Amino acid sequence: MKCRVCRGPAIIDVRRHNANFCADHFLRLCRDQTAKAIKEFDMIRPGERVLVAVSGGKDSLACWDILLDLGYDVDGLYIGLGIGDYSDASGDAARRFAVARGRTLHEVDLPRDYGYDIPGGARAARRVPCSVCGLSKRHLFDQAALDGGFDVVATGHNLDDEAAVLFGNTLRWQTEYLGRQLPVLPARPGFPRKVKPLVRLGEREMAAYCVVRGIDYIVDECPMAEGNRHLGYKEALNAIEATSPGSKHDFYFGFLARASAHFRPEAEAEQETLRACPQCGAPTTSDGVCAFCSLVDRAGGAVPVHLRPRGAADPATVPG
Amino acid sequence: MKVQLRNPARELDVPGPIAVTALLARLDLNRESVLVIADGILIPNDAMLPDDATIEIRPVISGGAT
Repeated sequence: MKCRVCRGPAIIDVRRHNANFCADHFLRLCRDQTAKAIKEFDMIRPGERVLVAVSGGKDSLACWDILLDLGYDVDGLYIGLGIGDYSDASGDAARRFAVARGRTLHEVDLPRDYGYDIPGGARAARRVPCSVCGLSKRHLFDQAALDGGFDVVATGHNLDDEAAVLFGNTLRWQTEYLGRQLPVLPARPGFPRKVKPLVRLGEREMAAYCVVRGIDYIVDECPMAEGNRHLGYKEALNAIEATSPGSKHDFYFGFLARASAHFRPEAEAEQETLRACPQCGAPTTSDGVCAFCSLVDRAGGAVPVHLRPRGAADPATVPG
Repeated sequence: MKVQLRNPARELDVPGPIAVTALLARLDLNRESVLVIADGILIPNDAMLPDDATIEIRPVISGGAT
């Protein structure tokens, strides 16, 4: 295999582009595709402060790495989920990366700060662990970004993630979810802008990016995700991709270009019903407390948490 | 050849030499879902793996429903 750009020995094939790349030009591809997504969807503007949601996995660390290399001002936020050795290892990976790049990693720890972990939260709320995890992370990322004065929350969702979610939402015609499946969710009262800079890059590319860059990410799958529906959707889509390269890209970007707008009125109508949670002030469609406060009430003891860099004694020292 | 797999972690002995694509087909693995790595270096799909190689086949699919 030869690199499409320099004709030197290639290390990876990207069949969606019908091309092979050497290490240097593969890294350039990843940066260029990220920059293209940021520009195409107006994700991040010059001078804005970005908070990247870091799990210790390949996508979030690659996202942080690429955004830094593109010149953005990016801190990380890691949320300790209390999932035993998995959380210990993922937190260590996030901290190692932050130290190596000389950037600030903010941390929230669910058991310490909110009195519950994901397995316990799932039991108390009678929801699947991935649902409780997603609910917790979305709330805490929003809160941390607003408290810390960040303009944007960036997540490491890649093309495979988005195609799999779209596949699941389409299978069940969850039109409300389809209406808000966008690479950018604009800022609204109580919500920071949320962006997905890696939507033009596949999951295999993000793993390869980390290997080439020497980023030591947590490879093992979350033990709570076993049997997760989205993992099955990804495998199904990859079976299609193997015989028809580019299918995932066409599915997702075709949806954005030709179908997404049809579902937006329903999602926007829901936004008009938002009110402030009487407990934490976050926007909610509930008549009572928001879903996160309800989870904390059921699963743990609510303890106020403040955004702070790891090891800092005083939250007031957080820059910005 | 030693082949290290994950989720669950296990090691297989596979006779070489063998092409990467042939190895993945033999193990019934989708090339879209894995990387082949040796000594921290990506191995391209057209490479021939010698009998004395030690390689890792790393899954790339991850993530929950967030």
